[in-house]
Amino acid sequence: MNALAQTPTPEVPLLAVRDLHKSYGARIGCTDVSFDLWPGEVMGIVGESGSGKSTLLSCLAGHLTADAGQVIYDGRTTGPRDVLTLSEPERRMLNRTEWAYVHQNPRDGLRMGVSAGGNVGERLMAVGARHYGAIRSTASDWLGRVEIDANRIDDRPSAFSGGMQQRLQIARNLVTGPRLIFMDEPTGGLDVSVQARLLDLLRGLVREMGLSAIIVTHDLAVVRLLADRLMVMKSGRVIEQGLTDQVLDDPQHAYTQLLVSSVLQV
Amino acid sequence: MITIENLSKRFVLHNQGSAVIPVMEGAALHVAPGQCVGLIGSSGAGKSTLMRMIWGNYLAASGSIRVGHVDVAKAAPREIIALRRDTLGYVSQFLRVVPRVPSVEVVAEPLLQLGVDRDAALDRARTMLHRLNLPERLWSLSPTTFSGGEQQRVNIARGFIHAYPALLLDEPTASLDATNREVVLSLIEEAKARGAAIVGIFHDEAARERVCDRLIDVAAFAPKAAA
Amino acid sequence: MTAIAQTPTETDAYNFAYLDEQTKRMIRRAILKGVAIPGYQVPFASREMPMPYGWGTGGVQVTAACLVPEDRLKVIDQGADDTTNAVSIRRFFQRTAGVAVTENTPEATVIQTRHRIPETPLTEGQILVYQVPIPEPLRFLEPRETETRRMHALEDYGLMHVKLYEDIARHGQIATSYDYPVKVEGRYVMDPSPIPKFDNPKMSDNAAIQLFGAGREQRIYALPPYTKVVSLDFEDHPFVASKADHPCGLCGSTDSYLDEVIMDDQGGRMFVCSDTNYCSTRREAGHIGAMAAPAPAQPQERRAE
Repeated sequence: MNALAQTPTPEVPLLAVRDLHKSYGARIGCTDVSFDLWPGEVMGIVGESGSGKSTLLSCLAGHLTADAGQVIYDGRTTGPRDVLTLSEPERRMLNRTEWAYVHQNPRDGLRMGVSAGGNVGERLMAVGARHYGAIRSTASDWLGRVEIDANRIDDRPSAFSGGMQQRLQIARNLVTGPRLIFMDEPTGGLDVSVQARLLDLLRGLVREMGLSAIIVTHDLAVVRLLADRLMVMKSGRVIEQGLTDQVLDDPQHAYTQLLVSSVLQV
Repeated sequence: MITIENLSKRFVLHNQGSAVIPVMEGAALHVAPGQCVGLIGSSGAGKSTLMRMIWGNYLAASGSIRVGHVDVAKAAPREIIALRRDTLGYVSQFLRVVPRVPSVEVVAEPLLQLGVDRDAALDRARTMLHRLNLPERLWSLSPTTFSGGEQQRVNIARGFIHAYPALLLDEPTASLDATNREVVLSLIEEAKARGAAIVGIFHDEAARERVCDRLIDVAAFAPKAAA
Repeated sequence: MTAIAQTPTETDAYNFAYLDEQTKRMIRRAILKGVAIPGYQVPFASREMPMPYGWGTGGVQVTAACLVPEDRLKVIDQGADDTTNAVSIRRFFQRTAGVAVTENTPEATVIQTRHRIPETPLTEGQILVYQVPIPEPLRFLEPRETETRRMHALEDYGLMHVKLYEDIARHGQIATSYDYPVKVEGRYVMDPSPIPKFDNPKMSDNAAIQLFGAGREQRIYALPPYTKVVSLDFEDHPFVASKADHPCGLCGSTDSYLDEVIMDDQGGRMFVCSDTNYCSTRREAGHIGAMAAPAPAQPQERRAE
């Protein structure tokens, strides 16, 4: 097998963030954030509570309106565009086709009163799927991919365990084949063994679907296993970024050194 | 294939009075395709540090580390990611994997990353594990619970499953019995025969004699002041 | 009911059709906006009416705003002219507006309805006023009003099909039999008020103006004449305008919507037209249902005007 036969990395980043800034009144949410995310890359954002990592994720995903800066996304059909200037319908369309968002709490990302199949099918129906049989078989296929037994398709998520709910949320997000997925503490609140299964699942899906992902977490073990690259935030600023293992094993900034040395074992 | 010039490295410990610890200065190294270069030097002399710098795991303070067309010392993360996927393999002494993933999948992963068909990748992983005499009943288990020698073989299988043009081997024969040591040495010889450039650390002198074309004492790269 | 009683009563103290002119004007503006944007829910300042919420306060306000002295009003509840709700509303407008009333669908100029569309096709110039309890079709799926309004604005209607999907998943078919959501002119998803889905096709391409009033929820929406109204469905589970599979026991009609009437404690039952005016008109024209003739002495006499 020819090692260099791999398709060359495209020249345009999937997501190019420039000087993103968001404040809450006088307090800085995040500022001076710039980075490129390339197709197929998984980037972790770590930092303690209040470091601005969640604010940053919300600004990127469009849940919060940034005060300044650019978030240029290379759309499938549209090419690179600043998503901060998109109209609401365009942004919503992006959110249910090319983007996905996995909430920390599955309750925020699922419809608890709707069956598992309906939860997975919603995005399909939102983009115009109108064949019940096809929607159902796609939903069933996706439940399988996230290791939920197909005979649970008509059960509501409220009858699922926390790990299953999180996997269902992932299926619901990935069903339309997005290219970029935002995850906010995707393994937070799960048992360690359930976390491991979820991590493995995410890794497989990211690889198979060629997904790019931005994962916010405070768990350094999670980013080591999932993320190619790492960004460390403190007081709303990015203080260090680089390859995940490089940042964790050879941290340059005082805060990162403190963060890494404070962890029991990563 | 691997060319290092004037490489230096220091650690700054911000939380310990900003102590600056220089660990390497003026390091140079050249490995041609088909060559294996052994790093020697007393413990703590910087063998692993140099290896980690080639891997991109430690940042260089100055100098260059060319692996193929990429200067690891200056490359952007995505270039290093691509380098690690296509060109540069690494058998470390540690195995860091997602818990509960079966060994055979851990081994197949580099091929999956390269886009090899899943069944083909798993087939090759099984062949590799078989060659390294890992009992078949262990293949479907996660290596996290394995003994040192078993983990080491999973690591080696993973490092050799793809024909990387450049390889870093950190104590590949440590904690292996004679049979498996022999398998690993022949894997190294095969890699050299197909043109791989290899940098290795071998405490096992006989192994070193057998596969290394040259030895480099990293003590020569020690910072003058600290030496 | 006799002709318009012109004798002065205590209700003469009220303005024509109960509401004051400014209020009617405000409601008319909402109606006009609704007609201009078919299916769009127009907020309006709903007034307290002399009847409880749920009794048609929205419909009554819309009717009040539409009525002119020359109008002839028909009021039906579940298709019947003679149920309590219909009778009270009809009497209310007789007293406060002094308008003529009728039970005969073709004669009416304004028809206020709860839960039905008359079987007799409506004609140009007629106004059909629906009483609406919950105007928001997305309400039970998305409780936030701010969000549902945004969803309408952005035509973000995937959720509507989730509801139908859930129906099929649970019951093997779309079990929603009334209040069945529709899409208006390819734009707004609209709640047709709790009419049976049998009536849904009648909304489309209808010659009459259809106005919808929700009093408690303070919304008015409308379908101008000849508006295209499509019931939502799936390709492999198409919309079916179903009804009980029987002929009317009184008039023998096979194409009208039927009510099931329990006759005795032994499980005896009959199906009769829910549209009482349609049924009696057919019987007057000589159509006799299977259970009409052999009934005790005389087929249940329709209360004479």
